[in-house]
Amino acid sequence: MITQLTHDIARLSRRGWLAAAAGLVLGLASSPFSPAKAADDTIKVGVLHSLSGTMAISETTLKDTILFLIDEQNKKGGVLGKKLEAVVVDPASNWPLFAEKARELITKDKVAVVFGCWTSVSRKSVLPVFKELNNILFYPVQYEGEESERNVFYTGAAPNQQAIPAVDYLMKDEKVKRWVLAGTDYVYPRTTNKILEAYLKSKGVKQEDIMINYTPFGHSDWQTIVADIKKFGSAGKKTAVVSTINGDANVPFYKELGNQGIKATDIPVVAFSVGEEELAGIDTKPLVGHLAAWNYFESIKTPANEKFIKDWQAYTKNPKRVTNDPMEAYYIGFNMWVKAVEKVKSTDPDKVIDALPGIEAPNLTGGVSKMLPNHHITKPVFIGEIKGNGQFDVVWKTPGLVAGDAWSKELEGSRDLIGDWVGKKCGNWNTKTNKCGGQGS
Amino acid sequence: MFGYFLERFRALVLSVLLIACFALPAFAGPFEDAVAKFANDEFSDTAEAIEAVASSGNPLAFPIISALQEERLSADPESKKVFITQADGKIIDAATGAVVDKLPDNAASVRLNNRLRRTVEAALGSLTLLSPDPAKRVAAAQSVFKSHDENALPVVEGALAKETDKAAKQAFTEARAAIILFKSDASDNDKLDAVAVIKARGDQEALALLTSAGSDQPPLVAQAITGAISSIQSNLAMWSAVQNAWYGLSLGSVLLLAAIGLAITFGVMGVINMAHGEMVMIGAYTTFVVQEVIRTRYPGLFDYSLLIAVPLAFLVAGGIGVAIERSIIRFLYGRPLETLLATWGLSLVLQQAVRTMFGPTNREVGNPSWMSGAFELGQITITYNRLWILCFTLAVFVILLAMLGYTALGLEMRAVTQNRRMAASMGIATSRVDALTFGLGSGIAGIAGVALSQIDNVSPNLGQSYIIDSFMVVVFGGVGNLWGTLVGAFTLGIANKFLEPVAGAVLGKIAILVLIILFIQKRPRGLFALKGRAVEA
Repeated sequence: MITQLTHDIARLSRRGWLAAAAGLVLGLASSPFSPAKAADDTIKVGVLHSLSGTMAISETTLKDTILFLIDEQNKKGGVLGKKLEAVVVDPASNWPLFAEKARELITKDKVAVVFGCWTSVSRKSVLPVFKELNNILFYPVQYEGEESERNVFYTGAAPNQQAIPAVDYLMKDEKVKRWVLAGTDYVYPRTTNKILEAYLKSKGVKQEDIMINYTPFGHSDWQTIVADIKKFGSAGKKTAVVSTINGDANVPFYKELGNQGIKATDIPVVAFSVGEEELAGIDTKPLVGHLAAWNYFESIKTPANEKFIKDWQAYTKNPKRVTNDPMEAYYIGFNMWVKAVEKVKSTDPDKVIDALPGIEAPNLTGGVSKMLPNHHITKPVFIGEIKGNGQFDVVWKTPGLVAGDAWSKELEGSRDLIGDWVGKKCGNWNTKTNKCGGQGS
Repeated sequence: MFGYFLERFRALVLSVLLIACFALPAFAGPFEDAVAKFANDEFSDTAEAIEAVASSGNPLAFPIISALQEERLSADPESKKVFITQADGKIIDAATGAVVDKLPDNAASVRLNNRLRRTVEAALGSLTLLSPDPAKRVAAAQSVFKSHDENALPVVEGALAKETDKAAKQAFTEARAAIILFKSDASDNDKLDAVAVIKARGDQEALALLTSAGSDQPPLVAQAITGAISSIQSNLAMWSAVQNAWYGLSLGSVLLLAAIGLAITFGVMGVINMAHGEMVMIGAYTTFVVQEVIRTRYPGLFDYSLLIAVPLAFLVAGGIGVAIERSIIRFLYGRPLETLLATWGLSLVLQQAVRTMFGPTNREVGNPSWMSGAFELGQITITYNRLWILCFTLAVFVILLAMLGYTALGLEMRAVTQNRRMAASMGIATSRVDALTFGLGSGIAGIAGVALSQIDNVSPNLGQSYIIDSFMVVVFGGVGNLWGTLVGAFTLGIANKFLEPVAGAVLGKIAILVLIILFIQKRPRGLFALKGRAVEA
């Protein structure tokens, strides 16, 4: 038996491996980036995004965004008189590989800062590396909150900058009384739905008027769930779906909604993970009126946004290339980092981390975002309705900027916590006991 | 506040509509002012404009409001002029009806939100209650059924009296019943009749209507409503079993379609083909390319795009399959571990190649008109795309069976799989047959991609989501047996859909996996095990 196996492996190294290895090499070589070259007169910026595997669909755009922002900055003369140089690695949608690649970026390539991660699990995977090697991570995606780390700056939305305002809008403007919380089965939807459930109950919504539903990643057969939603919605009360469905599963979900004839005027769906990029793969005519809550929409008309879109399309040489919310989060985050570096005249992580809170940078929707002591930023919240052309039409926005809460006020146990890296030097300061520590890390 | 406004507005629409029926000349000034309000880009102004236009009785009212609904109404914020882009591309001034050469540069389409969309639907409903087209009258009656607006009663009753179309008559009767049920001064007898009509309708909307009508009714009526609700509910519960069975069939057909190519390459040839999913993906991308060409060159052919894509996808995926067999797999026959690694590497290459060529994001593949929408069968909704995919899958299955059973190539394929050396000594070119068999399996996977592009994302990851399910179906059904694949796919589909409402989608999937593992322990060769020489070979 064993000899057979060794024999197999021996033969494997001859032909099978050749074919398989050739496959891998070809696969990687076709990614459009070249390895970093060592140069002392540049500041290195790490880019940690999956360029292959399931998450490539979302993360490739963010890699391009950072390269674009670096290119723009270099045209303006770089930072501290030095050019910026991107070091791109591909963690291939593999969570442990994120940690390895992060270590490689910091120790081998000696980057000054890393822009990266999409899923929460990849962020959690690289956290220990950033703490141990003391570097900076900018994280651009909306997430579930309940975290504030010294080495991480969160420029995407916390739940109170996306989910809660969206639910408020539906309650006030659409008079929604019954709620379906539908999500993909992982940490972001589960935490967000826990927060939303607590929030809805605090507003007097009864348990029987809330339906919670989870589906696996990449779920493609939505018939049963859409029929359930239809049934749940026929109880004589206005019903809405709050969707934290992630990634690829959205397209079949929306197709099934359209085919089963659920219109936005009957049961509106408000989504937290569907932006311009995701809609680019669907015929949006049957979806007109369904909603999304974001801090940025491509359709918002401001001079800064128009210039950004024009430059982006010129940079990617694609006049149809869309922009989305995480891209804006990078725009803000990148500019904040540049300002902080210029303020302390150094790229030393400790100095930059201390300088970042309080730094202000304009966002693309006409306001100025500010980095807060809890390492989250202030952002406006917009509700957009899907239009027939794949864009969103803003129907509502918060009157001013909303400060991101690292710890949700709706959840037992996190209510009393705050993140404050300026005064308290602590990510989970308990305001009741006045001690650092408590839940979370 | 808004409800009150809507009520008043409906009253206005209907009363003016009645007068308009007697051909009152259109009044010019206020109508033009109202139309100009569309240019203000404020939701409240747009609402006022809809109200005024709908109640104006102007012949342009219907075109304006339907254009508004379909995002064909645009306005120039400076000159306050409003334009309708007609379906044939002609542009007319909404206030005068005069034809305009082209839209001004800064004209933007008039924006709506869901609230306004409901107002537009109600206005259109009222405007089309007396439409000459019976289908439009049914739709209008349905929207009255939903809104059960008291002011619509005279129009509905008038329409009902002279209605000749059966479906429209039924819809008007139900709309009338809905109104009477909510009318505070209707007699108990009328209300009881209304409850009976709505009970007979028996669907979820009837249930919703009865549930919301339940409060503050006279005791007799309330009792009837409670009875009707429970009868509809038990009826719907029965239908939900039928619905689960249908969903199961539909899921089964998708599984079968994805697995059927693998039943050839893995089942018949014994090649553990991890790149099978990528053949499906290539088929889907072929559909995308075909649609792109049709969109830019021959837009009239769009409804035939899938028919054109099917043979092309077969050829493209089949051709790639033959190339893979000739260049890689033929060196690895009888070495499953190496085949597995090589085809897995190959699947990565193909994914990355597609990612580089077409980009990592989803590509839009449209549904032809005959694949969109749904129809009601009893109390279940059957979507056309699922129905067509089921028919298509069965057709592919039958053709494949016939091919294997009745053609020379099929005979050779079976001969080679059953006893390669014997077949070779009978003069069959076994290596050519191997290539063609692998090509056939890949080509069928390509065809599956055409169908799956209609219900799933067209992205480089498309194949990955089907590969595990496909292997599951083939192993469960019995390797080497097409009928086993058929039965296996439908069994898994139906079991999944009956488990899902009880256990949820995540647990349901886990339960299915556990059941298969247990089943394979009992019957390692699957449902329909092959007997005889081929098994030992």
